[in-house]
Amino acid sequence: MMPPQGFGRRYMKAFLKGFFVAVPVTVTFLDQVACVARVEGASMQPSLNPGGSQSSDVVLLNHWKVRNYEVQRGDIVSLISPKNPEQKIIKRVIALEGDIIKTIGHKNRYVKVPRGHMWVEGDHHGHSFDSNAFGPVSLGLLHAHATHILWPPERWQRLESILPPERAPVQMEEK
Amino acid sequence: MLRSIMGKTFRLLGYTLQYGCIAHCAFEYVGGVVMCSGPSMEPTIQNCDIVFAENLSRHFYAIQRGDVIIAKSPSDPKSNICKRVIGLEGDKVFTHGPSGYLKSHSYVPRGHVWLEGDNLKNSTDSRYYGPIPYGLIRGRICLKIWPLNDFGFLRDRPNGHRFPDE
Repeated sequence: MMPPQGFGRRYMKAFLKGFFVAVPVTVTFLDQVACVARVEGASMQPSLNPGGSQSSDVVLLNHWKVRNYEVQRGDIVSLISPKNPEQKIIKRVIALEGDIIKTIGHKNRYVKVPRGHMWVEGDHHGHSFDSNAFGPVSLGLLHAHATHILWPPERWQRLESILPPERAPVQMEEK
Repeated sequence: MLRSIMGKTFRLLGYTLQYGCIAHCAFEYVGGVVMCSGPSMEPTIQNCDIVFAENLSRHFYAIQRGDVIIAKSPSDPKSNICKRVIGLEGDKVFTHGPSGYLKSHSYVPRGHVWLEGDNLKNSTDSRYYGPIPYGLIRGRICLKIWPLNDFGFLRDRPNGHRFPDE
């Protein structure tokens, strides 16, 4: 016969043990490996949210790929907004450090991306709050690389890394 | 025999994973012990001092003027810098150098902070690369651990006159 008190204590112990394994492992996984996020707004049309306000895509964000802050031109990445640290924004990388880029509506016509920075733009020019408004962003704000659209199911696809030819940097840094 | 070895290995792997994850959560959300190097924060923090940095104020957006913070360097995300917050968004800050006769000021843009080292003569800070985004801040230094004779909370800012009058 087991006394009820002992049973309760054992149950509690098992619960706490599971809790201290499950929570840190989940948090670390979401922070370091991958997580999912819903995309809001029209700034990345037509790649994301093509249906306008009715639909909103859910994307897979890969943190592991950007752990060394390595991105390619054309990648879709999420980053912490430089104007509002509570918000994450999702944009396409247009230019990396050392590139000279022709801007759209920025205060300077041509901009050389400084060291440790990148130039990001939304695909929907004119409806996107991007580097043309706030200038080149530091790589330290990089959050994750968006690799797949997960939801809605009919839009399940890989997000290709395509640099729009008309937005290619005027002069690329030689590696 | 083989089974017991396998079992032990898996248990060890499980514990490693578990404690690794707990450590990650602690360093990411609570804080950790950091060694500072470089002369830019003298005399508050000398070269090779060991300090305790907490990350809670960053998550709750409670960074204030005068706090000493650790941030990712804007030009190299893999290295960290340690500076004092001089201005928050919307503040008026002086942008002239320590020996500058030319008085000039500017306003810190939204979502940014203005950082300066305490050693104004030997510090690469916002006077050189401009305001940095809040998102680069890693944590706030609250306690000095080593050397032991200097154990305790950080000293107040030595360059009080650098603060803008509001």
